[in-house]
Amino acid sequence: MKKLWYLMCAMMSAHAYLAQNTSINAADYFGDYEARQIGPAIMSGRVSDIEHHPTNAQIIYIGTAGGGVWKSFDGGVTFTSIFDDHCQSIGAVAVDPSNPDNSIWVGTGEVWTRNSVSIGDGIYHSSDGGKSWTNLGLKKSERISSIEIDPKDPNTVYVGVLGALWSDSEERGVYKTTDGGKTWNKIFYVNATTGCSELIMDPQNPNTLYAAFWEFRRTAYSFNSGGLNSALYKSTDGGKTWNKIHTGFPAGKLGRIAVALAPSKPSTLYAVIEAEKDSEKGLYRSDDSGATWKFLNGDFALVVRPFYFSRITVDPKDPEIIVKAGLFGSFSRDGGKTFRGLGSMHADIHDITFDPNNSQNLYAATDGGFYRSANSGITMEHAENLPVSQFYHVTIDNREPYFVYGGLQDNNSWFGPSSSPGGIEARDWELVGAGDGFRVYPHPTQPEIVYSEMQGAEAVWRFNTKTEQLKVIKPYQGKNDDKLRFNWNTPITTSKHSPNRLYIGSQYLHLSNDMGDSWTRISPDLTTNDAKKLNQENSGGLSKDNSGAENHCTIFTIAESSSNEKIIWIGTDDGQVQLTQDGGTTWTNVTANIIGLPANTWCYHIEASTFAPGIAYAVFEGHTTGDFKPYVYKTNDFGKSWTSIANDQIGSFARCIQEDYINPNVLYLGTEMGLYITLDGGANWSRFTNKVPAVAVHHLEMHPEKNDLILATHGRGIIILDNTSILRELTPATISKTLHIFDMKPVVMEEKGSFGGTSGTQEFVGSNPTTAAMIRYNLSKRHTFGKMSMEIVDAKGKFVCRLEPGKQKGINTVAWGFNAMAPKSAKGKTMSGGSMVAPRVPAGKYTVRITKGSEVFEKEFEVIYDRYSPFTAAERAEQQRVTNELFNFNQDLAYLVYQIDTWDNALEEYMKSNPKLGKHYAAAAKELDNIREQLVITTGDNYVGAAEPRLREKLGDIYSNVAGYYGAPSPSQMETIQVLHEQFKTQQTAYAKLQSGDLKKVIAEWQKKGVQLPKVMSLEEFLQVP
Amino acid sequence: MKTLFAAFLFLAATTMSWAQSAEQIVKESIEAIGGKAWDNVNGILYKATVEDGGMKIPVEIVYMRDGRMYVRFALQGMEITQMAYDGTTVWNTNFMTQKAEKSDSETVENFKRELGAFPNALFNYKSLGYQIALDGEEKVDGVDCYKIKLTRKNQLIEGVETPNVEYYFIDKDSKALIQTESEILSGEMKGKIEQEKFSDYQEVNGVYIAFSTTMGVKDGMSQTLSFTEIIINPTIDDKAFAFPAQ
Repeated sequence: MKKLWYLMCAMMSAHAYLAQNTSINAADYFGDYEARQIGPAIMSGRVSDIEHHPTNAQIIYIGTAGGGVWKSFDGGVTFTSIFDDHCQSIGAVAVDPSNPDNSIWVGTGEVWTRNSVSIGDGIYHSSDGGKSWTNLGLKKSERISSIEIDPKDPNTVYVGVLGALWSDSEERGVYKTTDGGKTWNKIFYVNATTGCSELIMDPQNPNTLYAAFWEFRRTAYSFNSGGLNSALYKSTDGGKTWNKIHTGFPAGKLGRIAVALAPSKPSTLYAVIEAEKDSEKGLYRSDDSGATWKFLNGDFALVVRPFYFSRITVDPKDPEIIVKAGLFGSFSRDGGKTFRGLGSMHADIHDITFDPNNSQNLYAATDGGFYRSANSGITMEHAENLPVSQFYHVTIDNREPYFVYGGLQDNNSWFGPSSSPGGIEARDWELVGAGDGFRVYPHPTQPEIVYSEMQGAEAVWRFNTKTEQLKVIKPYQGKNDDKLRFNWNTPITTSKHSPNRLYIGSQYLHLSNDMGDSWTRISPDLTTNDAKKLNQENSGGLSKDNSGAENHCTIFTIAESSSNEKIIWIGTDDGQVQLTQDGGTTWTNVTANIIGLPANTWCYHIEASTFAPGIAYAVFEGHTTGDFKPYVYKTNDFGKSWTSIANDQIGSFARCIQEDYINPNVLYLGTEMGLYITLDGGANWSRFTNKVPAVAVHHLEMHPEKNDLILATHGRGIIILDNTSILRELTPATISKTLHIFDMKPVVMEEKGSFGGTSGTQEFVGSNPTTAAMIRYNLSKRHTFGKMSMEIVDAKGKFVCRLEPGKQKGINTVAWGFNAMAPKSAKGKTMSGGSMVAPRVPAGKYTVRITKGSEVFEKEFEVIYDRYSPFTAAERAEQQRVTNELFNFNQDLAYLVYQIDTWDNALEEYMKSNPKLGKHYAAAAKELDNIREQLVITTGDNYVGAAEPRLREKLGDIYSNVAGYYGAPSPSQMETIQVLHEQFKTQQTAYAKLQSGDLKKVIAEWQKKGVQLPKVMSLEEFLQVP
Repeated sequence: MKTLFAAFLFLAATTMSWAQSAEQIVKESIEAIGGKAWDNVNGILYKATVEDGGMKIPVEIVYMRDGRMYVRFALQGMEITQMAYDGTTVWNTNFMTQKAEKSDSETVENFKRELGAFPNALFNYKSLGYQIALDGEEKVDGVDCYKIKLTRKNQLIEGVETPNVEYYFIDKDSKALIQTESEILSGEMKGKIEQEKFSDYQEVNGVYIAFSTTMGVKDGMSQTLSFTEIIINPTIDDKAFAFPAQ
């Protein structure tokens, strides 16, 4: 026993030692290494709530389903993200009416409870208009529906908490603070299944509140809306007591209730009620502050899908004008008796608001983003700079630049480039699917062929983007099969071994070797096939809702081994992990080997390792049972045993994992609240925050050559972390050095030109990757005191250029655009832009040298030419030769002008104080002017008053044309250069003649009289002066 | 009642200690970079050569205690004043015509409202009527910092009086100022955060000055200026500040 104890102690201390010596808090060292967001915003994404400043129409806040909070300073033309560091799923935004410029509240957790809805983590407050935020509690509320602030007392705030969607919870109901959010009291609670779906305040009497309560529950395989506990309540004493106000309401079970009050006449209220009988579902009105209600209207547009559309808004100035969010939205001018539609916009409208001071201005929050109208909703204009698209998945191709492919919540399937001239614009994205989009794959060798799908594999397409041939290729039920069950987000994948191969998972795994024309079932039912979970046609509760969103007992993830095509892993939404090692002939269920995983926890992603066929990672998530813990496992032995690599450093549940292709200890984890990275195989995880918000990451992909990590986010579009290879070098050894310059692969100099993009400020443009050499180094601590500088030298140690080094702790990035120094240009009256061009360096070895205090750090790297470039070595050599020649020409001209200016100034000064001088003085001065006038512009301005170009301008022009191209100069350019040389020679000769003529006489006289001659620098000295 | 009084005292003491704390931090920060030696500084001349994309652009910046200032650079022999104030007029050189032009009246008004903050507003915030407060602690560039909130005089933005708040991030250990942040109040960038970082502190005539500053928009583009020379109490011809006669 004692022996065992010693052994355990030894093991524990060994583990501690390893942890101490191999683990680092990577987040401390990410420094300025940052991701880029490429959107797109062409289709935007779901917006959940809109809030206005009460008096300044320019200020609008919007809360989104998965993309955080955005603020517009210009009435909804452009938006800025103001909530990146926090949970991105937003239930409600509220502006404090007594301090609207500064005091803003955000309740997290969307309340439009579709299957893919995310979770919240409490209530936040900003006291500086959204620049900084503090979480003020209610952290387990999961979703907050409403925030009402007492207009007379900003410390008194009421919060409606809808609460948990997938589980019982006591953190529901109405909460109140009277100390600005420091403490909260639950002032009204119904039960653990019924939450507050809407809370409104009478603005003229803040003690009067109305609260709608909703009994609801979602599981992975069903949804229920309604019950005997759903109700509308009223309080007239600031929430101390509440009474049900149902006189005139339907009897029996109720579902979700939307309620609104007319701000201009608070005794008028409207409620849209989900009831048992279809004939009683619809709009009700009260004109006695809720004491009695009358049924008005049961139009489809009012009652459709209450769980998704339950917002009714009354015009702030007119109690008879109301709008109802819905499938398309509805507008009434007669107090709800009749409704007209709204102008064309994306379907599925969750909120509609009026400008508080000009009701004709109307705004809508939809599944496809934010819209504004200046004519009461007759026509709607889409905001095109909100990149809050909700991707379910992402894949890439092997083109240069590579393209990304993915499908979005209610916004089709798309592909677009990872780089585009001027940035990635809306016009760069191509539509390749309809409905809700999910997995989109390019054909591995024919990128013009794209596979895509819509929800529940209702359609799976093969689309030739060149010939525009579109074919449905989904597998059909075979004669020996049960009805096929496809997940809402059906797994498709191509093969790494056979380009025409395709896999699709229903409850079976289907294989096609002819691009989807014919299918073979290669597995039995791999799910639990639990009959209790297969009753989707009765899903929805009081309003049937069988959209396919609750399809269950299906395959969800398919992973084919990259080293052996016979090895295929699958994971199911009911928690099964199955493996075949013989191409589907036999299957082994390895689920039972996973210790610590709750039964039936959704297997979201399996990653087959590239290091060995027996290694795989499996990520499970149980949020559909209310379990928000991360479950991440690794097996080294084909699933016989699994090790958990998740820990409590991971802040939320995880969905997907990506293994680095070189260092197996570097792993990336997509979670519900951001990206996590481990550098030690999962012992320690750090959240990566540099331009990756706390957004749900649904899938990860890595480019095998560029090492770019591509994130499919469900709320912030596609995010790319370029060249992750430096993270492999972030080790305890390297971070302990004062400064460590990371290795650089040979850097490619692109040889392309473009005219940029076409987008204005109102359109989102995704960032391009840099085309410069990215020099990265790690600083063990910030450089604050003493000198620090950085330069590039060539293989012979000759200075090339200086760069400005970053100084922060961790990774610093400095971009070098392969330029040397520009030539020194002649002084003139106007600017010669051409001669400002710095020549590009030739390919070769270069060294970055960083001097920090007295220490010098160096790293050599190689610069290579672009393999896709059309130029030969001889053409490039000729371009460099001529560029150098013109470079020197520029400097020779500058030096000549300098000499002329120096003598001219001296002559002028002397002549001013000595009026009686020989004619040769004036002649010399005149000749100097004449020569200068041929060399540089001496009159005019930099715009339309420009003078005729002189030699400097012509030279600058041809120099920039030659230096800015990558191939040899054209014959025409060479001819021009020759002409300029001759012109320069003429002026040099004229100057030489002057030097041996009148100027010589002047100098001789000055020397005789003891007049101080002007100091004329040598060429070398002249070139040193900036 | 007694309890209430005690609670009030405690609250007052707590509030006071926070206020004192901000004051103390600012005091220590000033002492860390020269303290009283700054009293003898009436002007600073900064010289730099921007080597951006291979170009060498000499830059000269002058700030005087009385508010006069200029930022000037030279390009192919042309001297361009990006901004200058001569005690009356704020002006700049029109790049197209090379002629001096006066700034719009709102810019001048806002410039004048900022006068007196020399070498920065932390030195004389009290006499300027600004308020400071400790707004917590934050990590900047991997350094634990105090975050000091400075409320300056309002700015006039499109005719509307607009609050003007600046944040100073002071290294908790060295007490050196390493970053400032403020909201951009006008233009297309309105609402974004302007950021300036300071490093390469070196001693000049008994005071410590950052020889490198990086200015830009938070999470956006930035430009670093590394000074080759900083001269304390330079002799500057009045003409250098003056709006040129047309």
